[in-house]
Amino acid sequence: MATKVSHGDDAATGSRRTPFLVELYRSALGKKYLMAISGIVFMGYVLAHMLGNLKLYQGPEEFNKYAEFLREGLLTPILPESGMLNLLRLVLLVSLVVHVVAAVQLTRMNKQARPESYRSKRDYVAADFASRTMIWTGTIVLLFVAYHLADLTWGWVNPAEAGATVYDKVVASFSVPAVAAFYLVANLALGVHLYHGVWSLFQSLGINNRRFNHWRRALAVGFTVVVVGGNLSFPIAVQVGLIS
Amino acid sequence: MNLTLRVWRQAGPDAPGRFETYEATDISPDSSFLEMLDLVNEDLIGQGEEPIEFMHDCREGICGTCGMMINGRAHGPQSMTATCQLHMRTFQDGDELVLEPWRASGFPIVKDLVVDRSAFDRIIEAGGYISIDTGSAPDANLIPVAKQDADLAMDAAACIGCGACVAACPNGAGQLFTSAKLAQLNTLPQGQPERYERTEAMVEVMEEHFGSCTNMGECEAACPKGISIDFIAMMNRDYRKAKFRNRRSA
Repeated sequence: MATKVSHGDDAATGSRRTPFLVELYRSALGKKYLMAISGIVFMGYVLAHMLGNLKLYQGPEEFNKYAEFLREGLLTPILPESGMLNLLRLVLLVSLVVHVVAAVQLTRMNKQARPESYRSKRDYVAADFASRTMIWTGTIVLLFVAYHLADLTWGWVNPAEAGATVYDKVVASFSVPAVAAFYLVANLALGVHLYHGVWSLFQSLGINNRRFNHWRRALAVGFTVVVVGGNLSFPIAVQVGLIS
Repeated sequence: MNLTLRVWRQAGPDAPGRFETYEATDISPDSSFLEMLDLVNEDLIGQGEEPIEFMHDCREGICGTCGMMINGRAHGPQSMTATCQLHMRTFQDGDELVLEPWRASGFPIVKDLVVDRSAFDRIIEAGGYISIDTGSAPDANLIPVAKQDADLAMDAAACIGCGACVAACPNGAGQLFTSAKLAQLNTLPQGQPERYERTEAMVEVMEEHFGSCTNMGECEAACPKGISIDFIAMMNRDYRKAKFRNRRSA
């Protein structure tokens, strides 16, 4: 095809050295690839986070031991203390930046693609609540993550006394009804986000096989129920006094 | 049947538009939607008013020329049906129908319900063809094609380019159209030599005109030909491969 025979020029100008993912990211379609990949990173994270926190039910000792293990037990002494934890944090941070920046850029692109919206009321057939609110459920989760870090990672807004154990900090935080309520709302938003995102990432990554396609929705629902169900149980358990 | 129409009237591309209300009276339930509009237009012409401008050609659901938003749905309430194939029996006597043109920056309004879909032509120009040397026509069935590949290509080739996918998409994305036009060639042996250059070129022209896909599936539901969003996944896969291959071959 005449339009794309200029590969020789590309090589001469050195575009070959541009990392593949950067080159892919330049297109909207490539941005979706990176959103899907970073989304998978978050899926792994929220699942591990939920499973780890189930130790809350085993009591303070087990839970605090788990928290210490994350700092000291992961691949030490091969890596320095908190080394692996910080590496994982870096992966999460990079994923977060990619996911959020791509989302903002794509949303802007989509607004420009329909500068004048329909004047009559739309009657959606397939576009569900979850898929149409990704940017908002994502924003709620992002705000929650900021609060959650300030509360339990950095301890800036945590109600427990200084020097409290991780377990005590969690219980102190979830004992405040407003915090528990925020936690519930944020996790429901996360659930709505996952319900569409986990299904959607298969499309974005071009993973499509008519024999297995019906499993994509089942996986999205199952994953969402497990992660959000587990997460919702923690503040509820504290509020009803199951954990104290 | 008697119906009330609220129709978007806009004198030209840059003129301000507004909804006007018209009564469609004594409409046969067996008439097509466009025949109903023809009757309304005859009344308007009789009264010395400008008729409602809308696009149509074959009226058989295969040319892709017609199309408008009817009560918030592209091509109206009946699935797998282009506007011209919609019949008035789909509606109830006394219904109010709101008619609006496709709205997308890639589809500027020409007049009333007519939009300019040339952006689709730009996408086709970028690679929606195969390059072959001319000469006498080759024998039929010279190149064997597996039945399932032929079926898949035919499913994709059912796209009539009406633009309902873009119109229905909350993001104004052109993925369903572009992926169908890619798949009808990329699934066949004749399309292989240019497969990856075609995919890269068409996707990138598409992105100049339309929004991005968030996999809501509204396009598939609106498509009068039932084109599957599976083709979008196929396009995404081919685009990734194209980016990688075209870079290696550089």
